[in-house]
Amino acid sequence: MDMKATSGKKLGLKEKYRHMTRGLDWEPSYQKKEDIYPYMAYEGIKIHDWDKWEDPFRLTMDSYWKYQAEKERKLYAIIDAYAQNNGHLNVTDARYLNAIKLFLTGISPLEYMAHRGFAHAGRAFPGAGPRVACLMQSLDEIRHAQTQIHALSNYNKHYNGFHDFSHMLQRVWYLSVPRSFFDDAVTAGPFEFMVAIGFSFEYVLTNLLFVPFVSGAAYNGDMGTMTFGFSAQSDEARHMTLGLEIIKFILEQDPDNVPIVQRWIDKWTWRGYRVLTLVGMMMDYMLPKRIMSWKEAWEVYFEQNGGALFKDLARYGIRPPKWLDQIAFDKDHISHQAWATFYQYGAASDFHTWSPTDDELDWLSKKYPDSFDKYYRPRLEHWREQAKQGKRFYNTTLPQLCQVCQIPMIFTEPGDPTKTCYREVDYLGEKFHFCSDGCKEIFENEPEKFKQAWLPVNQIYQGNCFPDGTDPTVEDFEPLAKVLEYYHVNFGRDNLDFEGSEDQKNFAAWRGMATTNE
Amino acid sequence: MQMDLRTVSIEPLRHTYSHIARRFGDKPASRYQEGTYDLQATVNFHYRPTWDPDHEIFDPARTRIKMADWYAFKDPRQFYYGAYTLARAKQQDAAEATLGFVETHGLVDTLDAALRERAARLLLPLRHVAWGSNLNNASVCAYGYGTAFTQAFIYQSMDQLAIAQNLTRVGLLLGGDEALDQAKDDWMNADAWQGLRRYVEDTFVLKDPYELFIAQDVALDGLLYPMVYEAIVGGVFASQGGTAIGLATQFMSEWFGETKRWADATVKTAASESADNTAQIEHWVTHWRDRAAAALRPVAQIAVAEGADELIAEQVEQFNARMAKAGITV
Ligand SMILES: [Fe+2]
Ligand SMILES: [Fe+2]
Repeated sequence: MDMKATSGKKLGLKEKYRHMTRGLDWEPSYQKKEDIYPYMAYEGIKIHDWDKWEDPFRLTMDSYWKYQAEKERKLYAIIDAYAQNNGHLNVTDARYLNAIKLFLTGISPLEYMAHRGFAHAGRAFPGAGPRVACLMQSLDEIRHAQTQIHALSNYNKHYNGFHDFSHMLQRVWYLSVPRSFFDDAVTAGPFEFMVAIGFSFEYVLTNLLFVPFVSGAAYNGDMGTMTFGFSAQSDEARHMTLGLEIIKFILEQDPDNVPIVQRWIDKWTWRGYRVLTLVGMMMDYMLPKRIMSWKEAWEVYFEQNGGALFKDLARYGIRPPKWLDQIAFDKDHISHQAWATFYQYGAASDFHTWSPTDDELDWLSKKYPDSFDKYYRPRLEHWREQAKQGKRFYNTTLPQLCQVCQIPMIFTEPGDPTKTCYREVDYLGEKFHFCSDGCKEIFENEPEKFKQAWLPVNQIYQGNCFPDGTDPTVEDFEPLAKVLEYYHVNFGRDNLDFEGSEDQKNFAAWRGMATTNE
Repeated sequence: MQMDLRTVSIEPLRHTYSHIARRFGDKPASRYQEGTYDLQATVNFHYRPTWDPDHEIFDPARTRIKMADWYAFKDPRQFYYGAYTLARAKQQDAAEATLGFVETHGLVDTLDAALRERAARLLLPLRHVAWGSNLNNASVCAYGYGTAFTQAFIYQSMDQLAIAQNLTRVGLLLGGDEALDQAKDDWMNADAWQGLRRYVEDTFVLKDPYELFIAQDVALDGLLYPMVYEAIVGGVFASQGGTAIGLATQFMSEWFGETKRWADATVKTAASESADNTAQIEHWVTHWRDRAAAALRPVAQIAVAEGADELIAEQVEQFNARMAKAGITV
């Protein structure tokens, strides 16, 4: 071999990066490719040439480490200072804390799921480019889970409802909404996972999740949450690029892929939208200082930004997702329907609910002129009146859940906000119930999958949500108390109304110490 | 109103999350603990994987190793993402400074031509081995059970990608992209590399995550790294005027010194759990060690014309001693 002098020609960046990724790969000959990558065919997606993949960002590990280490140093310095200085006492109002409880229990464990899911997807793809991009995202996602847990750790020390997030995600009734969403994605094949999480969630819907929480934190004096949010942003930029690249790549590879991808886009936009109901409720009811309404957020981040995206995808034969007309109608309603549900079931939740103040009701009337005064305000005022008289309303009958999104049947008919929407399907002699045409169609496409769903309410009825050793036949058996014990929800501390809660009292007392001479 | 919040002294309600307190008591916990324990879901899964309907999404039955508690594993480095990234950024800085020194002083050009060629022939195909390890460690991360076990594998996976990229840089330094092409050709076709390539491809189809860990990180890396970077680069090449090669590959030798502590702990925890685990691990270690030793023999011959057998025998002996300390007799 003729060795070149070191001072030989310099390689271009692109060429150098090629050596650092695809140059490393080879065609195996001792084992069959189908055995090494066994999950590539069963979804029906056809890939003819993995080399057509354009690496969306050319990041080698050395630069990755240096860049990320710098971000970690800064982030943890702020988290430490925030904790040392009792920064939590700077938030606008202790009610705000419930928004980040929702985040820690509903979102952070999903970051962890994303970590494992992208490890699986990266392992599954035979192409060097997507493999590296997915594994890097897997690494980023464990970062997101951990930085969130670390940043919120100090809140957990001082307030209730944060204390057992991973346990609760796997049990508490409403947390099966985000959890089943992610379980659905990781149990799908690797291509669907990428369309579900990489494209639909990270690209199309991500702004509707992170902007509300991160701006919500900024508006409400929560430096801790704001900091991890901003710190994750440059990771998200890479993830979004990957999400868009994967979908274009799949669509360009074979025309037969188009209808499959279209069905996934329909499914995952609807699934994601249903999960975002919780975010809509958080924006409209749980932030003491509001950023914008759910309706406005949907208009800006989906209707405008998403509209441009789907115009761009039209050249591949992709149309906008199904059921957008219903979503457009529902944007006046879902946040109110959700808050009313959580208010009623406030005894069975791991965070506090409350009656909005007059100011807040007026804000909602202004933001929702066509729906709030007519359908929702009177009931909230009635409940507030009841609570004032010491008769705070708690609903103790368990609601029926949708088989797919697992949200109680609270949504209304498209076009008629006075009529609850019910759909059902008979499958193999069993009846299944749905909140909407969207969820029903998703079930009909994959009944074998969705009939397996672990529905929290059905599980309670079957006696599967009591602590080990519970005897439900004893006299005075209190099922709710036992279910809460199984959830690890501390009755009277984690749940019930904010008014009179330990969080409310402690926050007021601690703030008082800082502002008076006592 | 300006508040001085620092002056407020507050008694916290609790010192850590409940699931951490259940394990270690309610006292301040480390970031490794809060970022690791019980993070992975274990119950009430909604759907079975369409790609593996015989198992749950996370399922301890994917491996033959049985643990009463998969959180018995502990990374002695206590790596969570932040600690990991900071450690690697620092190591990378040091390695780059050394590599920069080699480059600016033209140290590679001072190497004897034959030595330089042998170094390239030995080291550059190893970038494909590292790329294979990137895939295998991603597998263990994806299909293993419990964050205390799986977490370190995404770090290991990305470390191996970095090693493949580091070796690529060394290759460009030693012989430009022609050297990389030559190395790829050797990896695909030269007799000396076919045993090792077969080994690597055979590990690609292993389904048991713990066995894959043994085959890749314990057996193969446990023989390859000390042989290549300590015995050959640090010993044989250095004695022939090849100190520059040692400088250029510093990252790999330091990396192995660190990661083998984690691998040993991961073996020891599983082995000390039960006699069945010990027997299973001993079986795997023996099988993959013997295959790795056989596959590495012709590779060693690239560097040492005579004495490859002794070199391998020494490595196996050291490896066996290392395993004995982890509770594995082979
Ligand atoms: Fe994330
Ligand atoms: Fe639904």
